[in-house]
Formats: sequence, C-alpha cells, structure tokens
Amino acid sequence: MKNRVAIVGAGMTLFRRRMLESPKELSFEATRMALDSAGLELKDIQSVVSGSAPDAFDGVHMKGEYLLDGMGGIGKPNQRVYVGGGTGVFTPIGGWWNVASGMYDTCLCVAEEKMSPLHPHPQYAFWSIFDQILERPLGTTLLWIFSLEMRRYMHKYGITEEEIASVAVKNKGNAVDHPCAQLGAKITVDDVMNSEPICWPVKRLDVSPPSDGAAAVVLASEKVAKKLTDQPVWLDGVGWTLDTTHWTNRDLAYPEYVEKAAWMAYKMARIKKPRKEIDIAEVYDPFDYKELHHMEGLQLAGKGEAPKMAVDGVTQRDGDLPVCPSGGLLGVGNPIAAAGMMKICEVFWQLRGEAGKRQVKKDARTGLAQAWGDLMQVGTVAVMRS
Amino acid sequence: MELSQKITSYPGHEITPEDMKEGKYLDVVYKFEPKYSWAAGVAISRFLAELKEGRIIARKCMNCERILVPPRMYCERCFRPTDEWVQIKDTGTINTYSISHVGTDARRLKIPILVAVVDLDGATLGMGILHNLGEVEPSKIKVGMRVRGVWKSSSERQGAITDIRYFKPIGEE
Repeated sequence: MKNRVAIVGAGMTLFRRRMLESPKELSFEATRMALDSAGLELKDIQSVVSGSAPDAFDGVHMKGEYLLDGMGGIGKPNQRVYVGGGTGVFTPIGGWWNVASGMYDTCLCVAEEKMSPLHPHPQYAFWSIFDQILERPLGTTLLWIFSLEMRRYMHKYGITEEEIASVAVKNKGNAVDHPCAQLGAKITVDDVMNSEPICWPVKRLDVSPPSDGAAAVVLASEKVAKKLTDQPVWLDGVGWTLDTTHWTNRDLAYPEYVEKAAWMAYKMARIKKPRKEIDIAEVYDPFDYKELHHMEGLQLAGKGEAPKMAVDGVTQRDGDLPVCPSGGLLGVGNPIAAAGMMKICEVFWQLRGEAGKRQVKKDARTGLAQAWGDLMQVGTVAVMRS
Repeated sequence: MELSQKITSYPGHEITPEDMKEGKYLDVVYKFEPKYSWAAGVAISRFLAELKEGRIIARKCMNCERILVPPRMYCERCFRPTDEWVQIKDTGTINTYSISHVGTDARRLKIPILVAVVDLDGATLGMGILHNLGEVEPSKIKVGMRVRGVWKSSSERQGAITDIRYFKPIGEE
C-alpha cells in the first residue's frame, strides 16, 4: 500500500420510513455534514465513491449518475459500488482503493437509499433478485432466505427464538440514544416473541424496517489526515468476498463468505486473534439472528456460540465486546446502503470517544464494521483503529 | 442527545402517514410495466424439458465429482465444462423450512405458503432446491423430514418449476 488511509469526517441524516428529501437532497445533507466535520470543502476532495443498493426501490435506473450532484461528484473521478446490503461498507472500501493506491489524497464516500417510493412495499423490489425461472414462480419474498437461514441456524446449533430475540431487545434499546434512529425502543423478549409471525421463525420485531436516509465519510491519506485532525481513525483492514447465487446449494448455518472477507481484513490489519483484538463491532443486523450468524463468520464467536454471548450481556454497550452500540439496523433503521455506512460512522465516533450517550464503557481502540447482502452471498468488512 | 459531541443538528424531514393522508406534500405516481422474455439457458432449458416429462435432471462434474442441481453447463468451482446429464430422484430431505404469512409484495396472506430447501436424493449432499411444501400441517414440518414431489398431470405440465406442485412428507417407506 502506498498510503495509510484515515477517516477524517462523518455525517448522516435522520433515518425514517419516508423522508421528504429527494435522494440527491439526502445525499447532500450527509455529505455536507461529513465535509464540515472534516473541516473541508468540496474543492479539497479529489475523488468520490457512491453507494446505493437496488435501483428498483426508487425506480431510477443508473442511480450512481443520478445521485452525482448531491454527492459532490460533478467533474471528479467518480465510481459507484453496488453489492446490495453489503454496499454501505463496500463504499469506503472503494474509497480505500482510491487513497491507499496513492492515486488520491482525499476521497468522499457517500451511501444513500430511498426505499419509500415503491408501493405497496419496498419488499417487492427484492422479488427480482431471485432466479427468474426456478424461484420467482414459487411466490418468493426476500424474507424467505432469512427465515430459511434462521431456521437452519437454529436447527444446527439448537438455538432458541428467545435467545435470538435478545439481540432485537439490545439493538432497539441502544437506538434510544441515537438521535437519527427510526425505531429506538425499550422492548422485551416477550414483545418479540408475541409480535406478528411474518415468515416463521421470523417475527415482526426480528426484522429491521425499510427506511430512507444517507450517510457519508471523508477519507484522507496519512499526510493529509495528520494536518486535518489529531484524531484520525485509521482504515487499517478491508476485506470482501462473494459466494454463488446458488444459495440453496450452500451451508446456510454458516456464512463462509463473511469469514473469508474477515480474514482478508484481519490479515491486512495484522489481527491474529479477532475476539481479543476487536474492541467494538458494528455487525450487520438486518435481522436479529444475522448479528449472531455474522459474529460467528467474523470469528468474534465460535460456531453456535454467539447466542450465549448475547444472552450473557457480553455484547451490551458495557460488555466485553459491545456489538451494534449504535442500535444497528434493527434500531437506527435500514436504508440499505446508508445503513452499512452508518456503521462506519458509528465506529468512527466511538473510536474518537465522541459517541456521547452511546459511548461504550471500555476503552475502544480497534473497531470493526461489517455488512452483508445480495442473495445472501456478500461479506464486506472494515477494521478501524484510533 | 448527540450523534457525535461535535454534531448537534440532524438533517432531514420525515413524512408521516398522517402527512400522506392529508396530502401535505406533492408526489408523482408512475407505474412501470415492462415485459421480459427470458431464454432459460442451455442447462435450465433441458431441466425444464425434463420436468415436463416428470423427471429431475442434474449435471455432473467429473473433476470434483459433484452432481449439480439446478444443473449448470460449467462447474463454478473447477471452472471447466460439466460432463454429463444425470437423472436424480424426486424424493429428498428438508434442509430447512419456513411458514410464510406474506406474499411477494409483503401483503399478508390468508393461507400461509409453506416453503423449504429440499436436498434431492441422487444429487451431491447439500444440493438443495427451493420449493413449496403441501399436504402437511405446518406444526408437523421438521428439518430432516423425508419428502416426495407431487407432480401435476402430464397434460398440465408445461416445463416449469411449478410442474411439481409441492413436496409432501413420505414418512417411513
């Protein structure tokens, strides 16, 4: 690598079910906040990476180009990355290429999602990610791959729905302290268990909501970062892998592609024992079981052992390994690409000790953000250090 | 409450369901109605033709010796052409299942759809396909349950995955 890469600013909008702002306006607000927090103007930015997940949500094709103005991309080298739910963490990975390669000293990374335009429900857009010949005729909904995976995960390790529900309780509770959160609430395991069965074993409170929102970070080379701030957060490891779309041919109990992405990032960051060396983790949690499933793929828990850590309080903000101190997708909301970027922002604020009421109890020096997506096949991982 | 100690305001304006009802903000409605005609491909065209005859066919890779279903003309792991067609069975084992109370567009269903990944007999272990379950009480479904495909009659079959209506439990045969 030619340059060590730092995050020097972060910003995000409110996450809500439906926002008045257009996709470009949302992008502008998050980008402007990230620039302001870095003490930079657009003229200081050399390249831009944009992230947005399925175009079908807003019905705007080639959204990378459409969003350009709001993302500060006019007349600059610009690229869009696009790996479904994994996009939010893949966007700063794309920015990392720009800066680590020595091509640029500054790069703006912006992720936006507006899911509300699609009626009757944004879920409808996911229908078209399934195989058009063999799967769609069966009446698919995206929820199926989650409910089928959750059931297999429970079966393999003897995990209960109650253990899984404890993650929803934690994350929605954490989100009460997040000013942009859509679904912060103090709830109980019974509330989750008694919520509407949508796609059993998935119940309504096991699932994150559809949302609108945007989030952004500014990346800088070591040379520039040290001039801008005495608190850079280093992007020391990045990793990403994809598995096949033949998802029914895969071991659904374990996300191997997440493990591969994690080891790629850990090796780069010289991490040998992730469970000991990672202080906080923003693990991807579109569903409560996914946080546990991903913790195992990330080597933060042994196979089948993450549920016990959640139940024992290890992953609470005051625990030994705080997971999703932001409130995660379950609590803050899930504007797909922006949700992954929100996790990068949260680790940035946590590692700088700026997270206010959300600040974890332990002295956090090394953090991780992870996202996941497509036809449950992509893992994107970023390791960050203060 | 702070996002970060240095950030004190949070941009964006929510539109609430009440705002929507009152028509407080303008919106523009559009319906996109394209039509597609997909070529099923070399492997899946043969697979569909076999379904029409009431059979399930897979492809074998002689290098890794996997019997692949859904069939493909190349092995994505060995990255070479697959070698031969292999008939497999319409029986299998439930790998995982779910009880879906929502349809494709998230609207609630009166009668839930039962859905499963079924590992088919004759294919390499773990080679499952997505399908529906039928003739079973939702509460009786188990991972590991043995099932058999229930086919449409030959006159009804049209070369589609739905030529198998669903899979049903076969018990101890």
